[in-house]
Formats: sequence, C-alpha cells, structure tokens
Amino acid sequence: MVGSEPAGAEGISDAIAVERTLAGEREAYRVLVERHSRRVYQLAYRMSGNAHDAEEIVQEAFLRAYQKLQQFAGNANFGTWVYRIAANYAIDRMRQRKSEDARHAPVSNPLEDGVEVDPINQLHDTRPSPERLAGNVELAKRMQLALAALTPAERTAIVMRHWDGCAIEEIATVLKSSSNAAKNTVFRAVQKLRHALEEYAGPGRAARAMGTEL
Amino acid sequence: MKHRTEEELVAYRDGEVNGREACAAHLQECVECRGELQRIEAVFAALDSLPAPDPGEAFGQRLWQQIAPRLPEKRPSWWARATRGVAVGGWFAPGRLAAVGAVAALVIVAFLVGRWWKPVPPAVEVTDAAKVRGRVLVLAVGEHLGRSEMVLVELANMAPAQGQKKIDISAEQQRAEDLVEENRLYRETALQSGDTAMAGTLDELERVLLEVANSPDEVTPAQFEAIRKRIEAQGILFKVRVVEQGLDEQKRKKAAAPDHGGAQPAERKKV
Repeated sequence: MVGSEPAGAEGISDAIAVERTLAGEREAYRVLVERHSRRVYQLAYRMSGNAHDAEEIVQEAFLRAYQKLQQFAGNANFGTWVYRIAANYAIDRMRQRKSEDARHAPVSNPLEDGVEVDPINQLHDTRPSPERLAGNVELAKRMQLALAALTPAERTAIVMRHWDGCAIEEIATVLKSSSNAAKNTVFRAVQKLRHALEEYAGPGRAARAMGTEL
Repeated sequence: MKHRTEEELVAYRDGEVNGREACAAHLQECVECRGELQRIEAVFAALDSLPAPDPGEAFGQRLWQQIAPRLPEKRPSWWARATRGVAVGGWFAPGRLAAVGAVAALVIVAFLVGRWWKPVPPAVEVTDAAKVRGRVLVLAVGEHLGRSEMVLVELANMAPAQGQKKIDISAEQQRAEDLVEENRLYRETALQSGDTAMAGTLDELERVLLEVANSPDEVTPAQFEAIRKRIEAQGILFKVRVVEQGLDEQKRKKAAAPDHGGAQPAERKKV
C-alpha cells in the first residue's frame, strides 16, 4: 500500500486528495481519513456516549463519504462534509435504536415500588452528598446520564452547538428542520440538562418562584 | 422590572443578535437575572467538565486499515481523467478542451434530435416483484398519509382559549415523531421505485412532521401560530390529499383490472 503512495501525499490539500481519489488513487483517501477521523470520532462519541458505537459511526461515515465522493462539491470543505454525514448517520442510528428499544421494552419499567423509571427522575432520586457532588467524576457521570436521557435530536443539537460551534442553520440541516425549530431544540436540551443538574447548577427561576427547589 | 426568561438568557449566552443590547442593559441592572445567567453558565461548565473523547494518535491509521479493504476501486471516468487537475492546468489544456468539445457536440446533437424526432412511448416491462412492491407501497403509504393528515389537521384546527399562555401539543408531537421514522422509510422506498413525485411530497411532509416533532411539549400561542402557518404555507395538507386521492384511484384501478400476467382466471372472476 505504501509503495503506491504518491510522493508527499501527506502534505496535499483536501481538494487534491478528493480529486486523486476520484481519479482512482484509493491511497489518496487515506490522507482524508487520517486527517479528519479524530474530529468525527469526537462528534460520534459525544452523540453515542460510548467508544464502540463511536468507532462504528466513524467507519460508516468514511465509507459513505467514499461512496458519495462523486457528489461532493469541490468548493466545499471535506471535513465539514464528512462531519455532517457522520451526524446524519448517528442521529438516524439513535432514532432507530430508540424505536427498537421502545418496541422491545416491557410496557412499564417499574422500580420495586412500582414507580416508572424516567432517566431524569432517576438523577434526582440519587441525591449524593454535597461533598460527593463537588467531585468532578460524580458531576461528569451525572452529565453523561443527563445527555443519555435527551432525545436524539436534542443530543445532536447540543453536541453540534456547544462542542463544535456549528451554526444553527447547519444543525437545522442535520435535523431536517427549520432554523427556529433547531434553535428551540438546543434550548430544550439546555433546559433538560439544567433540570437534571439542578443540585449543581441551581434550580431554574420557575422552580425557585414556586418553592420547589431541592 | 420585567425579568428575562430562561430562553432569552440562553439565547443571549449563545450570541443571539436580536435584542442583545436591551438584554445586556437589563443584566447590568438586574441582580436576579445575572444570577440566573450564572446558573445557566454552570450547566455549560458542567458540559465542559466531561473529558474530551480521544481515540489516540494512531486512530486514523487503525481506521484506514479497517475500512481500506471495504473500499471499492474507483474507475476514473473519461471525464474525470480529462478534467483531472483543472485547478492546476486550467480548462484550456488540450485534453480538457477535447472533453469540453465532445460534451458540447453531444448537447447540440441531442438538441437537434430532440427537435425532429417524435419518440414512440416505450413499452414498459414491469416485473412481478416490482408490481408487488408497488402495491405494498400504495397500501402502506396510503395509511401513513392518512395518519399524518390527521395529526396536521388536528393541529391546524386546534383552538387555544383566549389568554391561554401555553398550549399542550405533546400528543401530536409524539405522534409526529413516530411518523417521521415511517415517513423516511417510505420516502426511500419511493425513491428506489423511481417515484420521484411521491418521494418529493413525502420529503415535504417529513419537514413539517419534523418541525412538529422538534417543538416543545408546550408551546406559546406565538410558537403555535408559527407551526400552524408553516403547515398552511407549505400547502402540505392539500398535497397529501392529492397523493391520497391518486393512491385510491390506483387501488380502485388495480381492483377493477387485475394484471394479466400473474392473476389466476378464478381470481379475475371474483372482481
């Protein structure tokens, strides 16, 4: 494989790597994979919440990008393009898994006392001491649970907006919604995370006004 | 003093341009809203406390080894070969000029042939598998469109009471979320079957359903009005009904005149 690698392939631009791949030089695609895979992995990990799923999402994203490379407009940014393919695939996968889980799950998911389990409520039920809550590990664990409790669209929106600084329009494209709806989805995600982390971040104004804060 | 809502503060933190100066001025004055903003900020700080996922330096190489055997060879087309390196060589290199000339000639010939030649409609040969798939699609899509129409009609006809601050659309939102999944499948199937008109309508429907699915459980009258306007502006209900009528027609025709290839004579008499 290395033998067929064009001289100086590592240093070539994305546009040239795309062009060479399309011209039949499969090795040129390796440059794109090695250059962009870590960022795509970060997105996939944050969306899926685990390393195994993240790796599968990244693999699939780069395979799909290769298959659709002909459709890739040369003046666009390959990194952004493959990122969007990964986000689209990850959200479809999360939605599919969610509906499969809903089909296979028992009608109710009772606790011992017969109360239904809502991931968000679960977070409130396990009240750690302030000392433990202060620990970063505990907080990170809570945040991961809270992220897992978001809907696929909310999770996609908050990951793309907060960590990757994507424009609302870009998020709207992935969610296949209007910009207003995408903005709303980001807000709903923040609101749910805040609710789940009430003890750490403090209750919302509505809860304080009603005297329902913890 | 009227306090800023949580939504306004999140938007302000996010860099929202509309009403930014007024919000900043209010925050200067209002201790309570500053406190609220700080508590919102704490959520983002908690997000940042999560360790950045890092697959390691060698991830790219490992990934390449995993996917390389699965990548089919790309055979460069004559066009790709001719246009390769356009950015470097320009369009006037001899090879590319030949390619451009060839395409131009083809376009001219196609234009002239199109003007003078009256095509005879080709006899379409439809396989049994395609027919069966088409029928299943007709039935399933008909039902799906009926369910989608019902959700949209319910939303369009919902009449919030005077002075109602929040409108609960959670039931419609949940149903829309389920319909989005179905819709995606039917759209893809329609595309594969070459029914681009159906795929187009399903695509438009999907956007409206997503809009509903991505809305909050409870919306303000203004948000509700925006959803309703979107349903009306797209004319999606009309389009869905037109497609539904078309599907009903197809069903009736198929029932009245079964195909001659696959049906048994006994079955034909039943109709």
